[in-house]
Amino acid sequence: MSITRRIAMFCMLGLVTLTSYAQGAPQEAKMADMMRSNGRIYVVVAVVLTILLGLILYVFRLDRKITKLEKENR
Amino acid sequence: MHKSWWKIASVLLLIYTVIGGFLFEVPRLLALEETIRNLYFHVCMWFGMMILFTISVVHSVRYLRTFNLKYDIYARQYAAVGIVMGALGYATGAIWMSYTWADPNNPTFQSFAALAREPKLIGAAIALLIYLAYMVLRDSITDMDKKARIGAVYNIFAYAMLFPSIWILPRVMDSLHPGREGNPALNTSDIDSKMRLVFYPAVIGWTLLGVWIATLKIRLTIIREKKMMQ
Repeated sequence: MSITRRIAMFCMLGLVTLTSYAQGAPQEAKMADMMRSNGRIYVVVAVVLTILLGLILYVFRLDRKITKLEKENR
Repeated sequence: MHKSWWKIASVLLLIYTVIGGFLFEVPRLLALEETIRNLYFHVCMWFGMMILFTISVVHSVRYLRTFNLKYDIYARQYAAVGIVMGALGYATGAIWMSYTWADPNNPTFQSFAALAREPKLIGAAIALLIYLAYMVLRDSITDMDKKARIGAVYNIFAYAMLFPSIWILPRVMDSLHPGREGNPALNTSDIDSKMRLVFYPAVIGWTLLGVWIATLKIRLTIIREKKMMQ
């Protein structure tokens, strides 16, 4: 391959990469940045935590009741 | 309350899961966007189900080796909680996929028809139905020993059927569901290290909660059986 050809190839490749850059203007994923910046996300966390703790409290009380039953039946 | 350290651990891990799951940073991916956080909840249900079914089959084998009826109760209740976790995993998966897989350009029905062919969904449905059949079979036999023995043998079969239906089949066929190339969410190359920080504690937390509920059911059943004996 002659030098000129090599240079021509190199330029072609450079062009190809350039055009591909132009096409793929990086699409941003739409994240909930708004909710994070204004702190509303903490409201969601508080609600979910309350539900979780409520359910766990319920299971905990069931556990205590069953322990009592076990003691009575012994 | 006895042996409560792991119950406390479960509660703490779950609180951490919710806080970390909503607030920590996650990779910014197209199409998935914030729904990637479902990994801490949806995937954990399936992990929990698999672990509970494994505990269940171990107890079935122990029953067949010792013929101690206690192990039969253990196996049955662990499988029951496993089914609940599987059903929750299925339901959460249905919600998740309708926002990420469903094609907004297609009418709902057409879109659904394409999704319903997902091998992973069909496999999971088969696995859950086989386990439901275990409940029906075991609970419909009145003789205690027969119930325990047939139940234990069927449970081993059901566990064996899990592997083709949820592990092998979805990997052989084309699927939209991630994880076809290896073990979903365990592979170090397809899960972000920041997410693993929450994901592993989440798996342990949800599984321990499942075990906790199962032990409650076991203890209640044992009390009931004892009362029947008197």
